[in-house]
Amino acid sequence: MSEHATIGVFLILTLVFPIAAMIAAWLFRAKPEPSEEKLLPYECGVDTQGPSQMRFKINYFIYALVFLAFDVETIFLYPWAAKFQSLGLFAFVEMIIFIAILVVGLWYAWKEGALKWY
Amino acid sequence: MSGMIINDLVFVAVAGFTLLSALGMVLSRNIVHSALALILTFLGVAALFFNLGAGFLGLVQILVYAGAISVLIIFAIMLVMHSEPARTNLFNTSLGTHLAGAYIAALLTLSLSLAIWFSELPQIKGKTVEDAVGMLAQLFMGNYVIAFEAAAVLLLVSVVGAIILARGAKQS
Repeated sequence: MSEHATIGVFLILTLVFPIAAMIAAWLFRAKPEPSEEKLLPYECGVDTQGPSQMRFKINYFIYALVFLAFDVETIFLYPWAAKFQSLGLFAFVEMIIFIAILVVGLWYAWKEGALKWY
Repeated sequence: MSGMIINDLVFVAVAGFTLLSALGMVLSRNIVHSALALILTFLGVAALFFNLGAGFLGLVQILVYAGAISVLIIFAIMLVMHSEPARTNLFNTSLGTHLAGAYIAALLTLSLSLAIWFSELPQIKGKTVEDAVGMLAQLFMGNYVIAFEAAAVLLLVSVVGAIILARGAKQS
């Protein structure tokens, strides 16, 4: 309960804080009639041209696939990193082997140009 | 006792959120909105894992499912979708398909409930694992080190296989 309660309190705070900021801004700001120019997103990059939900190139799919594999690697790294102090040298060597095997995959992806952004 | 009530309230809120986003995923007409609702469902399931005291599973759920699988699903949808998102995945209106779907859903619900009912969860017995991540690390680096390194080989094979599937291997 205790440590998860901290996460819960943090979550509630992150929800409440922006809403409170927006309510405070609404209370104090001037309220002129909205116009088309005023309803545009403020400082959110370039406005989209045409439909945004459209077909993508297959290259993006490869990035997602490679990312998924290395994401799963991160899952294996996490318990090792959390208990690094008490595990000792043998575990360190095991993890080096683990990463070395996966670096081969990274090298292959690099060689095949799967990481190239075009 | 009040701790139990708060825990129940959190469970009801999180489970309701998960169910609503799952319903949103199924009922949304726009397939991209369905994918976004699926991410919310993944996050809700992760919160349920945290609520049950399975922190590592919740972390995996967020990192792998909400983080990577959802990106993969969105890219897969955007690779094959109709230029009109609402017409990509039309609802099936035939009665036979609905009955078959309801039958499979009922079977899944029944088997899952039976499995949960007859399994002896540590929470019911009243003893929970204190340091699950530490125990996992000990097992990874100790008894199951061969499986651990085999997982690395499996991941390597999946990376190479994904690249070959998507781009094709060079003929030598």
